[in-house]
Amino acid sequence: MSLAVKSKIVVFILAILVWLALTGLGLQEIITGVIIALLVSLTAGHFLITTHKQKHTLHRWLYAVFYFFKFLWEMVKANIHVAYIVAHPMLPIKPGIVKIKTKLTKDAAITVLTNSITLTPGTLTVDVNEDKKEIYVHWIDVKATGMEECTKEIGARFEPTLTEVFE
Amino acid sequence: MIRETIGLAVIIIGIAFDFFGVLGLVRLPDVYNRLQAATKCVTFGSAGILFGTFIIQGFSSFGFKALIGVVFIFLTSPVAAHAISRAAHRARIPLAKETVVDEYEKDKELKQSTA
Repeated sequence: MSLAVKSKIVVFILAILVWLALTGLGLQEIITGVIIALLVSLTAGHFLITTHKQKHTLHRWLYAVFYFFKFLWEMVKANIHVAYIVAHPMLPIKPGIVKIKTKLTKDAAITVLTNSITLTPGTLTVDVNEDKKEIYVHWIDVKATGMEECTKEIGARFEPTLTEVFE
Repeated sequence: MIRETIGLAVIIIGIAFDFFGVLGLVRLPDVYNRLQAATKCVTFGSAGILFGTFIIQGFSSFGFKALIGVVFIFLTSPVAAHAISRAAHRARIPLAKETVVDEYEKDKELKQSTA
């Protein structure tokens, strides 16, 4: 079975499960759900799985769970940081757009990294340069302008864990 | 009873962070800084409200919807922030005067001059 077909079937099953969890079991709901899940999986289904199954599955799952908690902690810190800046009468900001480098190669890994950067202290992903593996980040409180220092400050929080999960 | 207290506490924390996010929208100087407040505090605050609802309701159909809402907010809000900030930069909306560095602008000029 080709990878695209497999991916479409997985998307179809996931969509149906979420739909039924949201609406409940009735004949009308099931019919509507099947039609919509078919449409979704036929049009966008091939995006979900793009690589063949990799080894060390347990190892990766453990790192994924670890990443989740690390991310939650960073996120709480981010919120307190922004709340502090906003509530401060002087508004202590020093914004700027800096550039960081990433070693991750997979699309999914870069997506997770950029989303995490957006949701963590003081940083917001503006754009990704796929050829050079560079990420442009808006930083509300710039501490360094060189690419190396910025990569150390922003990307190093998540990259080692993500390498374990995806690569 | 205990579950309701915890749920209400989480909802109140969520509302507090939503408040800070909105305050940031009003106070911060430009679109990029405002997005910072909007993505962080409003994501966390809204997710907190939904998660509190889930704690109070448990695994009923209502609570499950709230939980799925949390997942969707976490997935979509950074993507939306990325799209808005990139579009704003491409439309040449200026950065605030406090800005110290803009690597993105430099690289864009480089690309245009070589092309």
